[in-house]
Amino acid sequence: MINWRSTFAIYRNELSRFRRTVFGSIVSPVLTTSLYFIVFGAAIGGRINEVGGVGYGAFIVPGLLMLTLLSESTSNASFGIYMPKFTGAIYELLSAPVGVAETLLGFVGAAATKSLILAAIILTTAMLFVDYTIAHPLFALVYVMLVAASFSLLGFILGVWAEGFEKLQMVPLLILTPLTFLGGTFYSIDMLPSPWDKIALANPIVYLVNGLRWTFYGQSDVSIGVSLGLTLAFLAICVVVIAVIFRTGWRLRS
Amino acid sequence: MEPIPQPILDIRGLTKVYPGGLKALDNVDLEIRKGEIFALLGPNGAGKTTLIGAVCGMVRISSGTINAFGEDLARHWRSARQRIGLVPQELGFDMFDTVERQVGYSRGLFGRAPDAKRIEEVLRSLSLWDKRGEEIRKLSGGMKRRVLIAKALAHDPELLFLDEPTAGVDVELRRDMWRQIGALREQGVTVILTTHYLEEAEEMADRVGVIDKGRLLLVDEKDAMMRRLGRTEAHFALAAQLAEIPSALRDYPVTLSEDGRTLCYRGGDGTGKGKAEVAAVATALVQNGVVFTALDQKESSLEDIFVDLVERQGLAA
Repeated sequence: MINWRSTFAIYRNELSRFRRTVFGSIVSPVLTTSLYFIVFGAAIGGRINEVGGVGYGAFIVPGLLMLTLLSESTSNASFGIYMPKFTGAIYELLSAPVGVAETLLGFVGAAATKSLILAAIILTTAMLFVDYTIAHPLFALVYVMLVAASFSLLGFILGVWAEGFEKLQMVPLLILTPLTFLGGTFYSIDMLPSPWDKIALANPIVYLVNGLRWTFYGQSDVSIGVSLGLTLAFLAICVVVIAVIFRTGWRLRS
Repeated sequence: MEPIPQPILDIRGLTKVYPGGLKALDNVDLEIRKGEIFALLGPNGAGKTTLIGAVCGMVRISSGTINAFGEDLARHWRSARQRIGLVPQELGFDMFDTVERQVGYSRGLFGRAPDAKRIEEVLRSLSLWDKRGEEIRKLSGGMKRRVLIAKALAHDPELLFLDEPTAGVDVELRRDMWRQIGALREQGVTVILTTHYLEEAEEMADRVGVIDKGRLLLVDEKDAMMRRLGRTEAHFALAAQLAEIPSALRDYPVTLSEDGRTLCYRGGDGTGKGKAEVAAVATALVQNGVVFTALDQKESSLEDIFVDLVERQGLAA
């Protein structure tokens, strides 16, 4: 049976850390995203034709939102579990009456919540630069929550795996960000010459960006069913990996 | 006849072998009684922290069983851990958080409902109330250690582990902590502490265990151990050189130094017998006209017993 008090304690503690670093946590991603909108949306976007009937500035909104979601969810969750390991405070978590469910709901829930807050701020910021619509708002919300949870789970795994700050940054910087840039954030896969349009489909981020784009504009390069299925499969794999980590105590218990 | 109370912690055949092959715990059997203060003594690397880690969930055991509060810890870990507190050896917490928030977090983490009054009590008892709004990183080393204790007490544990609680703290704070631990005993909390400071064990513990190289060498009541292994040592500085031990002293455990200037008594059993015999030796010397100019007498401490045990164990190995 889940210990809800423990779960809430972890959740609240993580959000408290977020509040303490609110300037860096919010201002930095908002500023970065604003720069993207200024450069790609307003400056360059004005010279680019509509993509699939959507203005270029509006077209990149889901991609930029996904970029923020992926990087923030991953880094928040990885930092959340890595810091107690680094400071030695992990002893308390390991000796507490909490198992995998409480830990995941606490850490991953808090990381996902932070990401959702940021996503909302970024969408609001985007309104200042471009006109966009959300065709399926409820679906968009569910999809964003699903992606935030999935990549928070990935971040948690990275945080457990990492033995130093360098490793902690490695996956978000060297894998996630490049894949997101190459995953159709700023362009439609149709715009790529052959065979790159086919090769691009091997990039899992393409399905995430296009899934979110579908919820905004009702159209995307790949089927929403495939996007949703892959996201759910990724979430399930992460949950299984974390369950194994807790069962074996890998990198947590000696 | 009163029934023998069930131990609050019952460890049987506990063994921990680390992946590199190091046997940190070797078939340890240990019973801890409710309400006692148990001191686990041992040199660095003896297995003290591993033993605590095995009970508290940080170390995966290789074999053996641990029963806490009458239940198998492996099966009933959730309910057991709610009743166990741990003060680790190393300072480990979110240094940028405030004292009060961190202590409140610990209470919640262990499944207890928020209770501002109880948190205040804990903070006041550790002289931390005035520092409740401070970031932990701004506190002194001793205060940080108190925060660790406050975190461990926040969920009102019945069994408290203190891993080297006074390592690196000044004498005043150490004595203050001893008072705190004494107060916990008054409240019925069972305390298991590991320490390098034998004075600490001697001052507070009801029972003492000596561990070395993962093996529990001895567990006994502190007073019984002192009685059984305690010794009195007395050195008589003689005014004139003696060729041999006077016949009146033949029945006492005395030796004469090579230069014949010092008579040494080593005996007793920690019950006062040694002191009485030293007095008798002194009387016999006077009665036999042997003049001594100085007398240096000391009772063996827990430290002497501990060092002796560990050394003997080393020789036997």
